[in-house]
Amino acid sequence: MSEEVPVQSRDWPGERVSPPTPRSWTGHHRAIILVLGTLGLMAGFAEFIAPYDYRTQHRAVINLPPMPVHFVDAQGRFHLRPFVYAITRVPGAQRRYAENTEERHPIRFFVRGEPYRLWGIIPGSRHLFGVAPGSSVRLHLLGTDQLGRDVFSRLVYGSRVTLSIALASLLASLLLGLAVGGISGYFGGRIDALFMRFGELVQSIPAIFLILALRAAFPLEISYGKTVLMLVAIFALASWPEVARLVRSDVLSVAGREFVLSARAAGATDGWILRHHILPHALTPAIIQAAIIVPSFILGEAALSFLGVGVQEPQPSWGNMLAAAQDLTVLLTAWWMLIPGLAIFVTVAAFTALGDAIRDALDPRSSSRPQGWG
Amino acid sequence: MAWILKLGVNAVLSAPRSGLCAPRSFCGPSTTRLYGSSERDQAMAKLLARRLAQAIPLLFGISLLSFLIVALAPGDPLAHLATDPHISPQTIEALRHRLGLDVPAHIRYWRWLVGLLHGDWGISLQYRIPVSTLIATRALNTLILSLSATLVAILIGVPLGIIAAVRRQSLIDRACGWLSTISLSTPRVFLGLLALLLAAKTGWFPIGGQHSAAFDRLTSVQRLLDALHHLILPALVLSLAPLAVYLRQMRGHLLETLDQEYVRTARAKGLSRSAVILKHALRPALNPVITLFGYSIGNLLSGSALVETIMAWPGVGQMTVQAVFARDIYVLMAAVMVTSLLLIVGNMIADLLLAANDPKIKLEA
Repeated sequence: MSEEVPVQSRDWPGERVSPPTPRSWTGHHRAIILVLGTLGLMAGFAEFIAPYDYRTQHRAVINLPPMPVHFVDAQGRFHLRPFVYAITRVPGAQRRYAENTEERHPIRFFVRGEPYRLWGIIPGSRHLFGVAPGSSVRLHLLGTDQLGRDVFSRLVYGSRVTLSIALASLLASLLLGLAVGGISGYFGGRIDALFMRFGELVQSIPAIFLILALRAAFPLEISYGKTVLMLVAIFALASWPEVARLVRSDVLSVAGREFVLSARAAGATDGWILRHHILPHALTPAIIQAAIIVPSFILGEAALSFLGVGVQEPQPSWGNMLAAAQDLTVLLTAWWMLIPGLAIFVTVAAFTALGDAIRDALDPRSSSRPQGWG
Repeated sequence: MAWILKLGVNAVLSAPRSGLCAPRSFCGPSTTRLYGSSERDQAMAKLLARRLAQAIPLLFGISLLSFLIVALAPGDPLAHLATDPHISPQTIEALRHRLGLDVPAHIRYWRWLVGLLHGDWGISLQYRIPVSTLIATRALNTLILSLSATLVAILIGVPLGIIAAVRRQSLIDRACGWLSTISLSTPRVFLGLLALLLAAKTGWFPIGGQHSAAFDRLTSVQRLLDALHHLILPALVLSLAPLAVYLRQMRGHLLETLDQEYVRTARAKGLSRSAVILKHALRPALNPVITLFGYSIGNLLSGSALVETIMAWPGVGQMTVQAVFARDIYVLMAAVMVTSLLLIVGNMIADLLLAANDPKIKLEA
């Protein structure tokens, strides 16, 4: 998947000036942390940050374009607190909306709104922002979809789906790769040959076809929780060989060293030696590879959900939100349905940059870049 | 046997000279052969033979793996028929028997493998036609799309990479940097939707599909133009990511070779800048790009599955997605086999191209 010829390249975004100079905090790094931090907060506190539930259908405002947020009212007066106008439907065959400029509806922080349970446990009803609870309007920053669901809220909940699948896949792939690569490199011989041939086998099937075949092994309609587990399993099964290969080569270089021999002479078991003396050495290449591989999980999840075989409605994921835009009339009339694509773009770009930064920090020599599945 | 292999090698090697690897012509005809020509050709034939020999167990393993994943998955591929009141249980049993689904797994695998070698790939449960008929045209379409995308990627990416490296730090270099960063992070799904939007808004391109409705009534020239017109947009969408990778790699490696001492020597002895770049620096820098061609195939095939689905291009990817929904197991297994075969063949071609471009590469390795 991500095999590429090492290249010493320079001065482009994400590429290093050679010889590499240890850079501590640059604007570049700050941008990565800002983007990923925001994403993390969105995913972590989706119930609080999203003004509405991802399932709530606001039937009066179907296919509403993003609502403009104003600072200056119709009379030309400036207001420090941003506000929106109420939306009314323009009479006619086509669904069109207009702002009713008579009454301002200021946007407030920490307003009471739809009750929720944070992480399914902690009850609450305060949302990060919204319009005053009594007012007749709803705040749809990024408009609504064809069922009248708030796109911004769905985007926020979608970030939780995307990030949790990507990070869980990362962990699974890392563990699988470390285990297989460690065993393979340490014991060598037949086990090694078997594992490595098997890895080559997995890698010689184009990724998305392997993933689709694995997907076909599961029932089509399964619950959300099972979908997440399934996607994590699929991504881990498709991506471990690369991690295992790198771990194995590092294990091989360590296995014959004196400290391993002395540990064995002292009576340590194979498992102990692997865990305490060998795998810690192989951790660095595994982490680098894992950081590089994250974008392909994000793209893979988006692709599968887009195709309709990943995360299912009503649970939002950025991929299945984009699937709505496949309909040509939606595409032509509701451009805001493409916004999840931008979200994927920003997230993938941020994780790619993070992967590059981690690689630069941990291993200035090698270089490889992901070639995503999406 | 040997002459067949040799024929194969020559066919493969003569192809890139005509177009696939355009920048090669810059290198001039001069230093191609270090060894005797026939000696090198023989070694090349050996390389090809060895790669072929390695491919056979690999394909066997892939067939086993895909059978294990797809055919042994829990759930009955005929389950959806059982819920249909118009189909009697006897009919389903008869169908099960005809499809060979009622025998133990190892016998099923054996039958499928033997059938595979005889060109009988099973029957599509969805279309009720032989899989081999279904997949042949699909694979050809995917190949057309992927090769066009590769062509676009190389023809634009490699020259841009050269320009970016030669004019390092210039405006065009920066622009290339941003282009490659952006196109590597853009999900193909999103890009495909944007392309559809472009086609629908401007009317410059057809909205998906491979032919227009009136295709059958067109003359052959019109047919070709119509097919090309339909090919442009999906090929462009598919080519953007590999283009970025070629661009990046070409620039990086050319910058590296331009730093080498022999390049400085060539410059010092009075050769012009363009001669140094084209004759001395470019060719070694091309090697990684050729290697990349092999690696990019898997990515292209994966990407084409999405582009095909969005832009209604009737290729293997689109078929595979439909097969997942229909639990069409023989189609799924065939899709895995065919795309893996394409990947393996592509890597083999890249190996041979590499050996042809760089006489220093040991063919025995």
